[in-house]
Parts: sequence; structure tokens; C-alpha cells
Amino acid sequence: MNAIELVVNFTLLGFLLVTALHISQTNRLFRAVMLFGIYSLLTASLFVSLDAVDVAFTEAAVGTCIATILMLSALSLTGSRKEVRYRRKNAAFAVCVSIALGVALAIGIMDMPQFADPNAPANLHVAPYYLQDSYSEIGIPNVVTSVLASYRGYDTLGEVVVIFTAGIGVIALLTGRSSKPKD
Amino acid sequence: MKQHLILHVIAKIMIPFIMVFALYVQFHGDYGPGGGFQAGVIFGAGFILYGIVFGKEATMKIVPPPLVYTTAALGVLLYTGVGVAGMFLGGEFLNYSVLSADPVAGQHLGILLIEFGVGMTVASVMVILFLSFADYRQPDSQDTD
Repeated sequence: MNAIELVVNFTLLGFLLVTALHISQTNRLFRAVMLFGIYSLLTASLFVSLDAVDVAFTEAAVGTCIATILMLSALSLTGSRKEVRYRRKNAAFAVCVSIALGVALAIGIMDMPQFADPNAPANLHVAPYYLQDSYSEIGIPNVVTSVLASYRGYDTLGEVVVIFTAGIGVIALLTGRSSKPKD
Repeated sequence: MKQHLILHVIAKIMIPFIMVFALYVQFHGDYGPGGGFQAGVIFGAGFILYGIVFGKEATMKIVPPPLVYTTAALGVLLYTGVGVAGMFLGGEFLNYSVLSADPVAGQHLGILLIEFGVGMTVASVMVILFLSFADYRQPDSQDTD
């Protein structure tokens, strides 16, 4: 990892930390929603620096754009623009739990293989096959697309059906309510 | 947002570029980053921007809800249809190699079609989500709580 990459990563992670702390501290839901959008955009930038451009693309489009708009729509529907009050009764306990979980995760990370280690278990299973043979089998330079659409086409079909079902659910819940329901 | 002239002008300039970029992401997903899912979200975002700036009535004139419901279902149908077509042509479900005489060309065709189906469903569902939220009326004018 060269120096520029290191600086970029630390800057993005620092912004991420600041945003997360702000979200946890703010009392205003509107501000929290906007900060979540920024958080998502920073995550997308981190994915770009990890060379996962397809994931970054999705994160930027869905997490930053659509999710923020939907949360704002929900806020305007419910009219909850006022401040929320947190009950901080067990703050010390919550901080202890957070720190313990953080330490446990940090210890867990030590057992993980180095980033982009060619001998990591994830890189030894089917990844070499996809990287070497997908072009001759599928004829598409973007391996992500050929895995997503062809090798794992069944999973992607499931994802599309999930999105479709979510759309149906929203239609069923939110539209057609103009006639007065009887309680 | 009826009186925001700057927003109207900027949105009118932006929306065509958003749409063209979505089509680029859709059909260039085989060669660069992107694909049906991202393209669908970007395409839907174009309509959502229009809806935010020009209001839900104007948006519903362009994309009437029955039309969006239909395209959402058509996307899933196109995806499964490609899979079933593979079965009829002698392969397994979602095996695109049999779609064409050349297996690689068949794979390419199949991926293009199913990505288009994904894009159609995702774009439609995004518009549905936005319109449903924007068009929601409280069941009763008085508060129930």
C-alpha cells in the first residue's frame, strides 16, 4: 500500500468516524438522515479505494440517493421534524458494551488474512476459476457481471424477486387508502 | 417547489444526462462497472428528481402507476422467461449457452436480456416506492392516536 492510498484511507475512515459520532449525538431526525447519506457516500468512496467499483456504484446509488430520499419522504409523511429525546439512563453500560464489542472485533480481525492475500481461503476456492476461465466461457471482460448474471444467475433472480416483492408490499400498504377504512 | 426557477432549470438540464448515463451503465455493464441493478436505480432517480422538483401529479402524468406496476412485473417475467427459454432449448433453467448456436454468444445474449429485466424491475420499483410515499394520504383527516 503506497503513501497516497494510506492517506486517502485514513482520511475517509476519519470522516466516517466523525459522521458516525455526529449521528449518535444529534437530536434532529432530519440531520441524522442527511448524515446517513454522507456516511453512505464515504463508504462508497472506501469501496472505490478497495477496488470494488461495482459495490461502490450500488452503495452510492442506493445508499446515498434512494435511501436518503425514502427516509426524507417517511419523515415528511410522519411529520416528525421535531427533536427526539434520548433516555440516557444506561449510558455507561452501553459504552461498556460498545467498547467490549469493539475490542472483540479487533481481536477477531487479527486472525483474518491480509487484504488481497492470494493465499487467503476466499481467494483459493472458486475465484481463480472465475478469473481465469470466465472470459472464454462467457466472453465478458467484467468478471463481476459474469458471476452475478451467469454463474450465480439463480441468486440474482432471487434478488430481483425480493425487490419486486418489496414494491408490491409498499403498494399494498400505502396506496388505495383514499377510501375511508372502517375501524 | 412551484416557484423555484433555478431548481426547475437545473433539473431539466440534469435529467436527460441522468437517463443517458443510466442507459450507459445498463448496456456497458458487461465491459465496465455497473449493470442492471445500478442502472435501474439511476434511471429511477431521474424520475424521482423530476417528482421532487415538479410535483407528484406531473410525474404521474409521465409515468402512470399502472404502467410502472406493469414494467416492474415485466422485468421479473423477462428474467424468468430467459431462464425458461433455456429449458425449452434443451438446457437447464437459466443456462444461457443454449440460447444461441455459439455458447459464448448465447451467454452474452442471456446476460444482456436478464440485466435488462433487472434494470426494468429495479427502476419501476424505485419509482413505485417514491410515488407511493409521495401520494400517501392519511386514512382519516383526524388523528387516530
